[in-house]
Amino acid sequence: MARKLLLEHENIPGIATFDVYRKNGGYASVEKAIKTMTPDEVTEEVKKSGLRGRGGAGFPAGMKWSFLDRKSTKPRYLVCNADESEPGTFKDRYLMEKIPHLLIEGMITSSYALGANTSYIYVRGEYMYVIRILEKAIEEAYAAGFLGNNILGSGYSLDMYVQPGGGAYICGEETALLESLEGKRGNPRLKPPFPAIAGLYASPTVVNNVETIAAVVPIVNNGGEEYAKIGIGKSTGTKLISAGGHINNPGVYEIELGLPVEEFIYSKEYCGGIWKGRKLKAVVAGGSSVPILPAGLILKTAKGEPRLMSYESLSEGGFVTGTMLGSGGFIVLDETACIVHHLYTFARFYHHESCGQCSPCREGTGWMEKVIHRIEHGHGHMRDIDLLVDVAKKIEGNTICPLGDAAAWPVASAIRHFREEFEYHIKYPEKVKNPKHFEIEPFVSERVAALV
Amino acid sequence: MAKVTIDGIEVEVADGTTILNAARQIGGNVVPPAMCYYTSLKDSGGKCRVCLVKVTQGSAKDPRPMPKLVASCRTNVMDGMVVQNLTSPEVLEARKGVVEFLLLNHPLDCPICDQAGECDLQNLAYEHGAAKTRYEEERRTFEKIDIGDKIKLHMTRCILCYRCTYVADQLTDNRVHGILNRGDASEISTYIEKAVDNDFSGNMIDVCPVGALTDKTFRFKSRVWFTKPVDAHRDCPKCSGKVVLWTKGEEILRVSARKDQYGEVKEFICNECRYDHKEMKDWTVEGPRHIDRHSVISQNHYEKIDLLKLKKEVERQLEFQRGNPLPEPNPTLNP
Repeated sequence: MARKLLLEHENIPGIATFDVYRKNGGYASVEKAIKTMTPDEVTEEVKKSGLRGRGGAGFPAGMKWSFLDRKSTKPRYLVCNADESEPGTFKDRYLMEKIPHLLIEGMITSSYALGANTSYIYVRGEYMYVIRILEKAIEEAYAAGFLGNNILGSGYSLDMYVQPGGGAYICGEETALLESLEGKRGNPRLKPPFPAIAGLYASPTVVNNVETIAAVVPIVNNGGEEYAKIGIGKSTGTKLISAGGHINNPGVYEIELGLPVEEFIYSKEYCGGIWKGRKLKAVVAGGSSVPILPAGLILKTAKGEPRLMSYESLSEGGFVTGTMLGSGGFIVLDETACIVHHLYTFARFYHHESCGQCSPCREGTGWMEKVIHRIEHGHGHMRDIDLLVDVAKKIEGNTICPLGDAAAWPVASAIRHFREEFEYHIKYPEKVKNPKHFEIEPFVSERVAALV
Repeated sequence: MAKVTIDGIEVEVADGTTILNAARQIGGNVVPPAMCYYTSLKDSGGKCRVCLVKVTQGSAKDPRPMPKLVASCRTNVMDGMVVQNLTSPEVLEARKGVVEFLLLNHPLDCPICDQAGECDLQNLAYEHGAAKTRYEEERRTFEKIDIGDKIKLHMTRCILCYRCTYVADQLTDNRVHGILNRGDASEISTYIEKAVDNDFSGNMIDVCPVGALTDKTFRFKSRVWFTKPVDAHRDCPKCSGKVVLWTKGEEILRVSARKDQYGEVKEFICNECRYDHKEMKDWTVEGPRHIDRHSVISQNHYEKIDLLKLKKEVERQLEFQRGNPLPEPNPTLNP
């Protein structure tokens, strides 16, 4: 059994309430940090732990904290990015739903380290029930004296608010999130200035993912060095992976970074293998925006070494033969899945979610969707494949925020690894005129099958 | 002061200047095009991505190149920065891509568009665009709407530069129009039709780089190159009163603010000057408006060409081609 740090108590009944959480060692990190440590010491522990941002980019959290403009006379803010909308990723929802106090505790400890007296949790608008859970948890924390004025008699005060998002994927981008939090249209800002200098209300702000903030709790409790021992290389600690797709046991799993991908997919403890005894075709390893990899390359790197679940190993080989850990949305496709259809759903998503601020993303995502739609329905031309590659290349890197890259990478990688499938769609339009998601047998969900 | 090298030409500019403005101080071909940036409008720029440049050396202290192409209109220069614009194939390729994206859903109805002849997108496409489109799908269309009683909005032509919303934000007191929806469905709208009613709202027409916002008093009256632009002024209590009259015979077809060589208005004018004074007796005429000689508007030679000046300008450019430092630009040619 692998070591669990975040989801250790997930199955204890009533862990969402303050009393049960407190009995299981909750809020120890707040007590430890506020009573025995200075804010800089907490930051130092996080730096030592080597914790990397869990939202997708994998930027070291301690370094992000140290960029915060501490000389500024303006108030500082900590904002938790819980606008989890990446297709295939659902780890934050699970964490907030099951153990809301873990996030609150991490927020208090992190705010103390950063010297923030106000912090916000920006939750995706569709997660309305999660917002209620969090609000209840915050109320309990206020009642117990862990929030509000003069926390634990230390003189440190913190107010925490939950803000529902308006329902846009782009608001998960940190500067768009801040705009949205300020009550404006959620358009990403141009950087620099970075949020650490001028973020929320033009004040120094740190924006961190839910899982990153939750991971601060075990780091403070056990010490940064202890945390850094878990994992492999520069990928330290544990990571929540939301596994989905054609596997036997979809769900959220906490893994130690460095676990072999093969073990993750096939072991009983995790995904439990491909459903219905089928073969693995491809994996999207870190949420919809990362490049897709075929079975051969996801299990072993191009050099023939086994691929591990870590930031470095997954990105080995660059984008030619590698991918990214991203936000941990592990989507598995079995041999019957149609890559063109799969890509179409992603392209449609990015077209729908582009904010429309800068031209390559606004126009390019729509164009890609239309071309893929045409290919999927048997109206494509051979030149369309190269057109897609070219459009993706022209979007990538030329946009304000990473949404353009996120839209371009899946298209570029799907064509790189599965070009023959696109060619098949174009050559034999009569076979794909009525595209089916599953070609071997029609898909009937088990719920519907039971009704029949 | 910061020294910056753009396409091999060194220029010294004040700290905090953007790369685009540094290039404009050099002038000529090294100036990246700009569709959304507007000097007098705060926070504008960074959206259209046609001004992308490559920074091959970040600064004298930190000589690493920037990993991506940057928007020159919003990136400040650093001392010792080296920038490539026209000399970088990567930049030209990206710019070509952006122009293609901008034209994807643009109706290309230049033959019936009032902006034709003075359209930034036309100039840009002429310089950087491909002759043929690769887009086979249906273009996005919108209904034409009236925003304000004198302004017509053709959303289909819009390239979403956001300039008009910044004008409304920064020049007028109640902004009543903005961007609705998102992605390629986003549109400029007042939400309630005909709501724009402000003394300076007409400046939205001047800042629009394409024919999306047009003056209803001028619509379909004349092609812009059949008119003669003259500088004129009047005493106006609200604005500077310095305008360009677009005349045909004795008739004033249109009044607009004066644009500089980059198509930017320095002194905005009020709606009274723009719409209500269409007779010659209202104005004191200063003389013919200088129009760039590459523009189609100057093709009817209403302005007497000063051959001596032209010769000097040609000599100046030849001097530069020989590799000598650029002499002072001729101030009389680019007022």
